[in-house]
Amino acid sequence: MEISRVVQIDPTAWRLEPSGAMRVPVVIYADQGLLQGMDDKVIEQATNVATLPGIVRGSYVMPDGHWGYGFPIGGVAAFDPDQGGVVSAGGVGFDISCGVRTMLTGLTVSDIMPVQKRLADSLFRQIPAGVGSTGAITLDAIDMEAMLAGGAHWAIERGLGDETDLDRIEEGGRMAGARPDCVSDRAKERQREEMGTLGSGNHYLEVQAVVEIFDSTVAGVFGIAKDRVVVTIHCGSRGLGHQIGTEFLKEMVVAAGERGIVLPDRELACAPINSEVGQRYLGAMRAATNCALANREILGHYARRVFTHFFPNAALSILFDVSHNTCKVETHLVEAKRRELFVHRKGATRAFGPGHESLPAALRAVGQPVLIGGSMGTGSYILVGDARSEAQAFSSACHGAGRALSRHAALRQWSGRKIIDELAAQGILIRSPSSRGVAEEAPGAYKDVGAVVAAAEHAGLARRVARLRPLICVKG
Amino acid sequence: MIDTPTKSGALPASATRSNRSSAPAPRAGWEHFAHDADIGIRGWGRTPAEAFEQAACALTAAVTQETVIARSKVCVSCSAPDLELLFVDWLNAVIYEMALRRMLFGQFAVQIEDGQLQGRLWGEPVDVARHAPSAEPKGATYTALKVGQDSDGIWSAACIVDV
Repeated sequence: MEISRVVQIDPTAWRLEPSGAMRVPVVIYADQGLLQGMDDKVIEQATNVATLPGIVRGSYVMPDGHWGYGFPIGGVAAFDPDQGGVVSAGGVGFDISCGVRTMLTGLTVSDIMPVQKRLADSLFRQIPAGVGSTGAITLDAIDMEAMLAGGAHWAIERGLGDETDLDRIEEGGRMAGARPDCVSDRAKERQREEMGTLGSGNHYLEVQAVVEIFDSTVAGVFGIAKDRVVVTIHCGSRGLGHQIGTEFLKEMVVAAGERGIVLPDRELACAPINSEVGQRYLGAMRAATNCALANREILGHYARRVFTHFFPNAALSILFDVSHNTCKVETHLVEAKRRELFVHRKGATRAFGPGHESLPAALRAVGQPVLIGGSMGTGSYILVGDARSEAQAFSSACHGAGRALSRHAALRQWSGRKIIDELAAQGILIRSPSSRGVAEEAPGAYKDVGAVVAAAEHAGLARRVARLRPLICVKG
Repeated sequence: MIDTPTKSGALPASATRSNRSSAPAPRAGWEHFAHDADIGIRGWGRTPAEAFEQAACALTAAVTQETVIARSKVCVSCSAPDLELLFVDWLNAVIYEMALRRMLFGQFAVQIEDGQLQGRLWGEPVDVARHAPSAEPKGATYTALKVGQDSDGIWSAACIVDV
């Protein structure tokens, strides 16, 4: 991006004042290098978001921002229903409630290494991953309704999770306001055999070693220490969420056209929150959120089963489970007034600071764990919500490294086999049904996740707690 | 017995047959174009229907570079108020059948009349070992969406697909 397009506020904050149809400024949190690396489309998309009705305070871009569809990936925007605010299917995306959960194993790297290869093979066999894979569960109509209403609770009732997990899952494991009746039969049909599947693309299950601690006090509260091993799962609402996104995008585009609303980008299709279609979308989207929460609970259960086989005493308790493609109703302080807003985070993580009422008691004093997925080679980070983020971006932070190269360019540059061999030589075992998929996800195709989280910390979005390095990566 | 795909005597669009690398530029073909997180697909041909068929070939090629055998046929239909919305609908209909049936499709035939699209897809179940499928398409988007005709009368249809 040409940095002359924005005004620098401080080393990690840049601003574009409203002009034309923009209702609020665009604010980008990034250091100069990250900003220069962003495609020009990022600011175009953030500018388009700034034109939407009822947007409050700003159209924000996180340090991992990149060119998305409609909203930029790494985009955050809050809307007030009382000011004509909208809900946007494109602002949530196709993979509704895609997110990350990290589980503590209580094991150390030296426990894992003697069984690393067998553990990798076993996880790869037990976790359905990749295009065309099916889960071991087939949902009938009654189960489908119960799953869409119950989220992780439903999985636990089916013996596919643990009651003690719920406290560490956003929304207590069940998104309120879900309306399974607003989910089409086609979306339900697409999900019938997909529960407990990882998906493909950038979704993964990783066994990770804690290699660096930045804040030992918070790390102690989180239960992590150097050389300890955690399991992290990244996936979402599978076919159900994709179909809901597809159907509501079309409905909102057609409805906008019929009302004579000119959208700067059709992908920004949206509807007033206080409208029939807006409410129907929210009901369906919340049902899809429950699908994602149930899916990650089941995958966590499968991971537990494999770990228990190798380590009978391993418990795998959840550190946290957080979604990064969402629209959630939250109370925020705007010009000293508490307002109920619909906060869209598209490839951005909620990051509540210390003391937030929604956090479990054990974490409330330090803040919410913010789980950042990096690449297969460079690793991931655990951050903690920073109280300053409330004023910066409605308590939001980045969600990953962000791509530096397109899949297209990555395929031209790398071979999957070579990457698997190179990472194996570094002690990182990759298991995937697709070597082309591995090439598309090559570590070099991603930005420097270290720079992204350092910028997030400097900008007051979230603080670094620990850096993780993969030992095993199962990819779809 | 498979209903052999024919359209005005021409072969249907095939995911393994052509792309822009052949020279001179063919009258029908497909290509991928870069997008930061996802993938852009573009098809072109003498009619909108042919461009749509070619774009579906590009969609399959985003998943596998291997041959997809026409073992069975699936029919889809969709409608939309304009050609661009119809194009996204068509791709999403293909994505839906891929996901639901766990199939890949290698050949496509499209007919468009009065905003109504009838499509036929020929393909086979995903064979992980043989197809080595990579990214799974989640949905076709309205980003970089364009259906139009160039000065030579060639139609093209393009958009970003979320993978």
